[in-house]
Amino acid sequence: MTDSSEDKTETAAAGSAAATTTGKAPEPFLQVRDLKVHFRTDDGLVKSVDGLNFSLEKGKTLGIVGESGSGKSVTSLAVMGLHRASRQQRSKVDMSGEIWLDGKELVSADPDEVRRLRGREMAMIFQDPLSALHPFYSVGNQIVEAYRVHNDVDKKTARKRAIEMLDRVGIPQPDKRVDDHPHQFSGGMRQRAMIAMALVNNPELLIADEPTTALDVTVQAQILDLIRDLQKEFGSAVIIITHDLGVVAELADDLLVMYGGRCVERGPAEKVFYEPQHPYTWGLLGSMPRIDRDQTDRLIPVKGSPPSLINVPSGCAFNPRCPYADVPKDNLTRTVRPELREAGGGHSSACHMSQEERERIWTEEIAPKL
Amino acid sequence: MTETTDDQNKKIPLQKGTSAKAPADTPSAAEPLLRVRGLVRHFPITKGLLKRQVGAVQAVDGIDFDVRPGETLGVVGESGCGKSTMGRLITRLDEPTGGSVEFQGQDITHLSQGRLRPMRRDVQMIFQDPYGSLNPRHTIGGIVSTPFRLQGVEPEGGVKKEVQRLLELVGLSPEHYNRYPHEFSGGQRQRIGIARALALKPKLVVADEPVSALDVSIQAQVVNLMDDLQEELGLTYVIIAHDLSVIRHVSDRIAVMYLGKIVELADRKALYESPMHPYTKALLSAVPVPDPKRRTQRDRILLKGDVPSPINPPSGCRFRTRCWKATEVCATTEPPLVALRTGHQVACHHPENAADPAPAAGAPGGAGQGPTGK
Repeated sequence: MTDSSEDKTETAAAGSAAATTTGKAPEPFLQVRDLKVHFRTDDGLVKSVDGLNFSLEKGKTLGIVGESGSGKSVTSLAVMGLHRASRQQRSKVDMSGEIWLDGKELVSADPDEVRRLRGREMAMIFQDPLSALHPFYSVGNQIVEAYRVHNDVDKKTARKRAIEMLDRVGIPQPDKRVDDHPHQFSGGMRQRAMIAMALVNNPELLIADEPTTALDVTVQAQILDLIRDLQKEFGSAVIIITHDLGVVAELADDLLVMYGGRCVERGPAEKVFYEPQHPYTWGLLGSMPRIDRDQTDRLIPVKGSPPSLINVPSGCAFNPRCPYADVPKDNLTRTVRPELREAGGGHSSACHMSQEERERIWTEEIAPKL
Repeated sequence: MTETTDDQNKKIPLQKGTSAKAPADTPSAAEPLLRVRGLVRHFPITKGLLKRQVGAVQAVDGIDFDVRPGETLGVVGESGCGKSTMGRLITRLDEPTGGSVEFQGQDITHLSQGRLRPMRRDVQMIFQDPYGSLNPRHTIGGIVSTPFRLQGVEPEGGVKKEVQRLLELVGLSPEHYNRYPHEFSGGQRQRIGIARALALKPKLVVADEPVSALDVSIQAQVVNLMDDLQEELGLTYVIIAHDLSVIRHVSDRIAVMYLGKIVELADRKALYESPMHPYTKALLSAVPVPDPKRRTQRDRILLKGDVPSPINPPSGCRFRTRCWKATEVCATTEPPLVALRTGHQVACHHPENAADPAPAAGAPGGAGQGPTGK
């Protein structure tokens, strides 16, 4: 990072300049268009993300939900540019599409340029804080490093900033704990430290990939509260990736449901929860035991298991598991891949069934059983 | 061993027909299947060349409960509360430091491995990690038939036929007999683990986080499967999990553990609708609810800090360091687990949804508690 001083002067202007230079109508802060991330492996081409579109405004939270292998983490790493960080990685991954962050396109950008944005304009919180933090360096050191990479300040100032951040995320006695190593922190505190590290440069986009999966519920509640408060304070855009519909219901304004590397349903959180349009979303809601209801009936699971991303089923990727696969005529579900269709109020889903059919099935067959 | 083999041969087919509802109907229905009293497990911490003991991790520190035939007892708690250790103790995969475990009236607390073997037939375990719990070099047939081999049991119609029946029972295909674990998905592997646990027609199945490694949609499949099997085979479950939603769905009664102690033990309905222990209340309020509208309405109790270390648990009530109701009593006297209502036991000096069990409160069975208790 020899050119960090040059960076800094850029930073100051970045926010305002970017908005004006594009010269188009006000664009969303983050826009992903037709993103494809394919990995070349010995077994074949793994289509982890295969044509994904979404956008996100500052101050808003997008929740991405899906099961393992649905492509949600790959999406977040793609936005962070982490699939192409090293030459070795670049040789194994095919990425196409566009990722516009604050007027800059990231897919075609030089990896070095993306690296300068990473940590400063966009930051990430990982699932497992113990493996995401370096065991050999003190927590303070790691935050200081993250800060000094992007800011030309001396160690003392950076350390002060680190203590300030640790204090902000609720670590008791931050001036003492700053010198502790990650193993001296509990799971919840490590996650707090990681959040402090991610936010040290006031990034405008924060991606949290399963931020609370490794934590106990009482600690999870603390961390979710912290993320919500910090977002209010910094006004950043947040993407939260999780398999837990409860967590997204707590935080997200908008929701994106992924299945087999594609978005099957997208819309405002309330719409997706109360008027879900896609059979997979119904399946997720039906599979979930609810803490807020005394539900003695059986769960309604989705039959089968998630698809292989090497041989994604033709047509709708969900068709082998979908109980309504035969509703649309002409075997459409098995031959034609459905595109996202608007269902009103910014809510869209990718299903061949007509909206009337889906609404009827949801209100008559699914909703009463949940 | 050969004698018991023959014996078992005759017993197994017999059990088949009657097992379904028998345990609940027999006159011994009131007798608990498993009775645990004052169970303690301390893991010593040693230091130096001579392995001098300098302390102990008090993983399980004096718990009492019964498991009744045919019921599902759910055990919840945060990581490090001792719930898994408890599971290993009641299945005797680990030997307790103190207290007693009785299975069907027989004290199994300190039985030797050899003497335990007959009991192993009746108590089986389902593990959390479907990847780690199946030997990758054995075929599915080999894995599921191991219990027969170890117990010297020859099932009716031969081992292979029985294994295939078991595979079908858990929703797999009999053709999977010769395949290896890596050919299966996580959910399928968990089914294999369940088939193995059920091979010997156990009475009690202890499941340690049976679904937490699985995806939501698969989780529901396995939960339903365990439900069906319980009905079909008249099983008794002890299900250990950290997910309060799953526990609510599967359990009849629920024990909440905190730092090696049971803090509350009650029927599902009572526990979720009117929790008495502050910890239970906080735990329930912390679970994210998949309902965006409730985001703004709910009053969540945010606990401060983390669970203290089980090496040096706080004096008195172990929850007092994080409890908003803690008073001086809590630091000096450990609250006993007493029934404040029928079937609702709680260990707290200042329970929620109930009057303080001060001497005047007249709580049933509330002797020897309160500030003057010790």
